[in-house]
Amino acid sequence: MTSAVSFKQVSRHFGSVRAVDAVDLEIAAGEFFAMLGPSGSGKTTCLRLIAGFEQPTAGSISIFGERAEGVPPYRRNVNTVFQDYALFPHLNVLDNVAYGLMVRGVGKAERLKAAEEALSLVRLPGYGARRPGQLSGGQRQRVALARALVNQPKVLLLDEPLGALDLKLRENMQEELKSLQKALGITFVFVTHDQGEALSMADRVAVFNDGRIMQVGTPEDIYQRPNTRFVADFVGSSNVLPPDFVQRYSGQHRWGSLRPESIRVSSATSGNGVAARLVGTNYLGATTRLALDADGLRLHAVVPAGTALPAEGEAVMLTFNRDSLHLMDEPA
Amino acid sequence: MTIAAVQSNPTPAILPGNGGLRGALSDLFWRRPKFLLTLMLAPPLLWLGIVYIGSLFALLAQSFFSIDEFSGLINREFTLKTYGDLFQAANLDIILRTVTMAALVTLASAIIAFPIAYYAARYARGRWKALFYLGVMLPLWSSYLVKIYAWKLILAKEGILTWLLAKLNLLWLLDAWLSLPVVGGNSLSVSFTGTFIVFVYVWLPFMILPVQAALERVPGNLVEASSDLGASPGQTFRNVLFPLALPGIVAGSIFTFSLTLGDYIIPQIIGTSRLFIGQAVYSQQGTAGNIPLAAAFTVVPIVIMGFYLWGAKRMGAFDAL
Repeated sequence: MTSAVSFKQVSRHFGSVRAVDAVDLEIAAGEFFAMLGPSGSGKTTCLRLIAGFEQPTAGSISIFGERAEGVPPYRRNVNTVFQDYALFPHLNVLDNVAYGLMVRGVGKAERLKAAEEALSLVRLPGYGARRPGQLSGGQRQRVALARALVNQPKVLLLDEPLGALDLKLRENMQEELKSLQKALGITFVFVTHDQGEALSMADRVAVFNDGRIMQVGTPEDIYQRPNTRFVADFVGSSNVLPPDFVQRYSGQHRWGSLRPESIRVSSATSGNGVAARLVGTNYLGATTRLALDADGLRLHAVVPAGTALPAEGEAVMLTFNRDSLHLMDEPA
Repeated sequence: MTIAAVQSNPTPAILPGNGGLRGALSDLFWRRPKFLLTLMLAPPLLWLGIVYIGSLFALLAQSFFSIDEFSGLINREFTLKTYGDLFQAANLDIILRTVTMAALVTLASAIIAFPIAYYAARYARGRWKALFYLGVMLPLWSSYLVKIYAWKLILAKEGILTWLLAKLNLLWLLDAWLSLPVVGGNSLSVSFTGTFIVFVYVWLPFMILPVQAALERVPGNLVEASSDLGASPGQTFRNVLFPLALPGIVAGSIFTFSLTLGDYIIPQIIGTSRLFIGQAVYSQQGTAGNIPLAAAFTVVPIVIMGFYLWGAKRMGAFDAL
């Protein structure tokens, strides 16, 4: 497996702020890799370190085996799709897409032909003569994608590219990006704060917090087996269970996590299970999300829509499969 | 606030008018926004239309009269003779000299202004930004004449510049420059070079500010995007920064170009005895008493600026606006 991007103990400090703090990271060639985290967690700075807009304070970065420290962005065969697209307002769409080829000295006829092909790839053929200002947000996003892909980069960086799109469009683009990545085989590195997006698109996900990587793994790893309270909480709002609680069910004094959909709620008042009180319901269409209070511990459960539910404020009994209780590495 | 408090709130849903003339006027303006706009625009439009444009047309009309060479009286009959006089060798020299000077001053201002404006727009924050505005504006606060006389002292043969170059053993450089034809002279203060330096100094703020405003509107990530797509800093400047700053440069050059075309004080105090358009107008309408020719001379910068703007528009200078 070839390494596309490799971080060894990379730090980027801005004054006293450790935006990225001693990060080790391996991204394989041809992989769809997501960097997930809340804002200010260092994921965008990592992306900018790969692009070359930032230089590491310490550590080393290599791209396809070549050292990248001190190499300016224009000498890296890496292209970025910017969060707000950053299309050139004074150029039409075709010249925007052909820009990278133009500055590399590709002849006019050849580069315009390549740009037209790239526009077809993102399903915007014939839009070349328009100005970026005349396009919708989704179309601009595609132009930005075409502008990056036309250069056939070794790594494509995407900085929250779907953040500004509405829900329907975002779902379409997610599928499209994924199939595009499969078809082209280019390494995609994708920054997002939306865990659903990261889980649904990426081959592997790195979860960032406070300039550090908390966990790297497949979406299933991250979702089913979070290693820390932070990951459990951030990815899919798992129930984080304190060590005392976990000890009662697993015998081990460790932090645990329990998926909301693993909890079964019944209106029985006695028997095996966790006694709780229903404090709120939240109708979500296909499912209903329940807020529960188990003796001061706030838990969430997700049940299929149509499940018969007790009234708010009533006592309920919670049961779950012991296997679905995941023990985390984080020390108690 | 409790629900009871909200429900027993005694305020009516529609408030009564303020009453009096002011209340009535406020309501009237709200209902008829065009009326308010007319009231606001009428005084400045009257000023511009009658006082400013009106006097300009009066001047224009004068240029179509001619002067009786024997009596010195103005002959108020339509003629193009005065415009013909502009093409006499001496007058044509004045026009060419002024336009060349204005073009060079504009070019130099743009070249000097760009890095300053770029720094201010991209990097200066907080205190440094305030210092930038202060530095650019401060020269505009002092009298124009004071600045020009100060420059006369700086550029004079016994002035500080000569003294400084002598200390640096670079006097030979100044002497070599001053011995050149056209741009040279006895000292900088009586040469076209001196005129040029002072013009650039005096008009530079009028170039810096619009260029800075234009660069301020260029999102920083466009520069990053260009670099990301493989453009070297030079290519980014040519393909992204310069085209997007062009409206600002054109706006600034309108100031520097037209102000140089019309100025008559700087070349009077610093420079040679050869005239610029402003000086020609001044002497024609004063000592020579040839108002029609003075009027014809003033039309020249107007026509040149017209062509300049037309050319700039055709080159796409305003496309990014």
